[in-house]
Amino acid sequence: MSKDNEILEEFTSKEYEHGWSVNYEADEAAVGLNEDIIKWISAKKEEPSWLLEWRLKAFRTWQEMAEPDWANVTYPKIDFDKLRYYSAPKQSNKPKNLNEVDPELLAIYERLGISLNEQKRLQGIAVDAVLDSVSVATTFKGTLSKLGIIFCSFSEAVKEHPELVKKYLGSVVPMTDNYYAALNSAVFSDGSFCYIPKGVRCPMELSTYFRINAANTGQFERTLIVAEEESYVSYLEGCTAPQRDENQLHAAVVEIYAAAHAEVKYSTVQNWFPGDKNGKGGIYNFVTKRGICAGDHSKISWTQVETGSAVTWKYPSCILKGDYSIGEFYSVAVTNNYQQADTGTKMIHIGKNTKSRIVSKGISAGKSQNSYRGQVQVMKRADNARNFSQCDSLLMGDRCGAHTFPYIDINNPSAKVEHEATTSKIGEDQIFYCNQRGIATEDAVALIVNGYAKEVLNQLPMEFAVEAQKLLALTLEGSVG
Amino acid sequence: MLSIKNLHASIEGTPILRGINLEVKAGEVHAIMGPNGSGKSTLASVLAGREEYEVTEGEVTFKGKDLLDLAPEDRAREGVFLAFQYPVEIPGVSSTNFLRTAVNQVREYRGLEPLDAVKFLSLMKEKMKLVEIDQKLLSRALNEGFSGGEKKRNEIFQMAMLEPTLSILDETDSGLDIDALKVVSNGVNQLKSADNATIVVTHYQRLLDYIVPDYVHVLYKGRIVKSGTKELALELEEKGYDWIKEEIDSAATV
Repeated sequence: MSKDNEILEEFTSKEYEHGWSVNYEADEAAVGLNEDIIKWISAKKEEPSWLLEWRLKAFRTWQEMAEPDWANVTYPKIDFDKLRYYSAPKQSNKPKNLNEVDPELLAIYERLGISLNEQKRLQGIAVDAVLDSVSVATTFKGTLSKLGIIFCSFSEAVKEHPELVKKYLGSVVPMTDNYYAALNSAVFSDGSFCYIPKGVRCPMELSTYFRINAANTGQFERTLIVAEEESYVSYLEGCTAPQRDENQLHAAVVEIYAAAHAEVKYSTVQNWFPGDKNGKGGIYNFVTKRGICAGDHSKISWTQVETGSAVTWKYPSCILKGDYSIGEFYSVAVTNNYQQADTGTKMIHIGKNTKSRIVSKGISAGKSQNSYRGQVQVMKRADNARNFSQCDSLLMGDRCGAHTFPYIDINNPSAKVEHEATTSKIGEDQIFYCNQRGIATEDAVALIVNGYAKEVLNQLPMEFAVEAQKLLALTLEGSVG
Repeated sequence: MLSIKNLHASIEGTPILRGINLEVKAGEVHAIMGPNGSGKSTLASVLAGREEYEVTEGEVTFKGKDLLDLAPEDRAREGVFLAFQYPVEIPGVSSTNFLRTAVNQVREYRGLEPLDAVKFLSLMKEKMKLVEIDQKLLSRALNEGFSGGEKKRNEIFQMAMLEPTLSILDETDSGLDIDALKVVSNGVNQLKSADNATIVVTHYQRLLDYIVPDYVHVLYKGRIVKSGTKELALELEEKGYDWIKEEIDSAATV
C-alpha cells in the first residue's frame, strides 16, 4: 500500500535523541594500534606487570586472528590503525567521591537523564558511569561496601582487589576466545567490576551507563561480575553515543561467574547511535558476553533490549556447568533504516539436570536486516538437560529482512530440546482495528509492538521496563507496513 | 445523522458499490440485507474508512461533517463504531489495556480528561454486565484464542465502552449460536437510545427477530434495490433472494 510506505518513510526519519556531543579536554592515546600503545594504556592506568603481559599476549594472539565473516552483516573493513584506543576526560586529580567529580562530566549524565547525585535518585540504583575510556563516577559505594559488596570501576578493582581480578579475568571469556574479545583484552580501558560475597542479596540494582563521546575513538570496556555462593544481584547496562558521520567501534567483553545457588540477572538496554536514515554513521557493536553457572543450582539470566547500533554482533551466552543450573536469554532486537543485527545466544549444557530458556523477539523495519543466531549444545554427561527456544520475528513494511539460524547439537539421549519459531507482519488489519476504535496509527504500532515484546519486557526491572517501552515506540515511530 | 448520496466505491479497480443512497436518523435501526457478494460488508468498511476501498463518486455526511474526509481514527472519535465480522487478534495486548487506550484517545478528541485507572475499571464493570462478559476474558490478550462467540461479545462490549452515535454491526450474527445471539442482541438493544442509530448488516433474518429494525434495505450488485419495513425481512426469509435478483436482472436486460 503506498500510503503505508509514506507513513513508513515519515517514521524512519525520526531523529536519534542522544546524538549530541560535548567538548572537553581529553587525555588521549595516539591514533593506531601497536605494542607501544598498549604499554602506554597500561602505564596510564598504573597497572601491575602481570596485566600488561596479559594484554600483550592477547594483542599478539589477535594479530594472528582473522576477522570473523560468518555473521549475516556487511560493513566496510575496519582499519584498526586509524582508531584511537584511549580517550579520557582530563581531571586534575582522581576524584575520591562524587563531590570531587568535574561538574561538567556530571552534567553530561544529567543530560542523558541519569543523575549521579545519590540524593536525587529516587530508587536504589547504584550507577557506574563510563565516559569513553574511563569510569567517571560510581554511586552508593559506601552503602554497598557495608554488605561487603564491591562495585567500582574496573581500573579501581585492578588496584584495590588485584587478587579477585587476577582470579576471574578471562576465566569465562578467554583472551583468545574470538577476534573482538582478543582485541578487547589487549586494549580494554575501563568498565565495571562487581563482587557479591557469599550469602548476600544485593539490595539495589547495580548499573553501568556507557557513553561514547570522543570522535574516532573505540570503546573497549570490560565488565566482570562475580557472585559467590547463595548470592543474588541484578545488573543493568545502558548505552548511548553522539551522532557522528563516521562509524565507531564498540567491542566490549562481559564476564559473569555464578557460584553454587547464586543468581545473576543481567539486563541491557542498548541504544548506541544507529546511523542516520540513509545508513551513514552509527556504532559497530561487536560484543562478547558470557556467563558461567559454575556451581550447582546457580542461575544466570540475560535480558536485552537492542534498539541501537549500525551493526550488532552479540551473543550473550551461558555455560551451564553446575548440576541443576539454569540459563535464560530474553531478547528484543529492533532494527530500522539500514541497521543490521546478528544476535542470539549460546546455551552450553554440561551439568546434569540443567535447564535453559531462550525467548527472542526480532522486529525489523525500514531496510534493515535482523538475524537470530542461537546454539543449544548438550554435552555427553548432561543428563536430563532441557531447553526451550522461542524465536519470533515481526516485520514492518516489505523492504526489511528477518532471519533465524538455530544450531542444535545434542550428545545425550535424555535431552529434551524444543524450538518454536514464528514470523508475522504487523497487519493492516490490526492497525485498522485500532484506528476504528479511535487509536492513532503510531499509538497502535506502539501498542502492538509492546504486546509482541511483552514476555521479554516483563523480565526487566520496573524502571528499565518503562524506559524500554518508550524506546521501542520511539525507534519504530511511524513504521507501519 | 448519516446521509449517503450516490456512493460508488471500488477495490483494485473493480467497482463494488454503484450508487448507494441512504438516510439514517437518530433513534433508527436500519438493516442492510442481501445475497453474498452484494456489497454489504464493503459498505460497512467504506463507512469506517478502510484504505483498500477507493471511493470513486458520491458523498457521505455524518453529523454535518464530510465523513469521507476524516481519517479512520477520527471517524471513530466522531462516534462511528464498526463491530467487525472477523475481529483481529492482537497478541500480548490485553483487552483492558487496549480499551483504555481507545477510550482515552476518544475522550481527548472530545476535549475530555482521560479516565484514571479507578474510574476506567468501574466503567468497565458497569458495561460488562450488559453483554455478560467475563472479567477473565478482558485480562487476556485481545481476541487471542477467543471463541467466535467471545469475539463477537467483546465487540459489543467495546461498543458499550465507546458509546458511539452510529453503530454498524457487520454480520455480527455469523458464527453465533442462539444463546450467544440473544446475549449480543440484548446488549445492542440496551445501548439503543433516541440519540444514536444502528445499521445492522446481515445475510439472515434471524438476527432481526432480536434486533428489530425500523427499515430494511436489500443490497444487490452494489445498489439498494428494495427498501421496506421489517416485514420485508420476513418475506426474504420465506422466499429467498432469487425473486429480487430476477426482478432486477430482467429489468436490466430490457
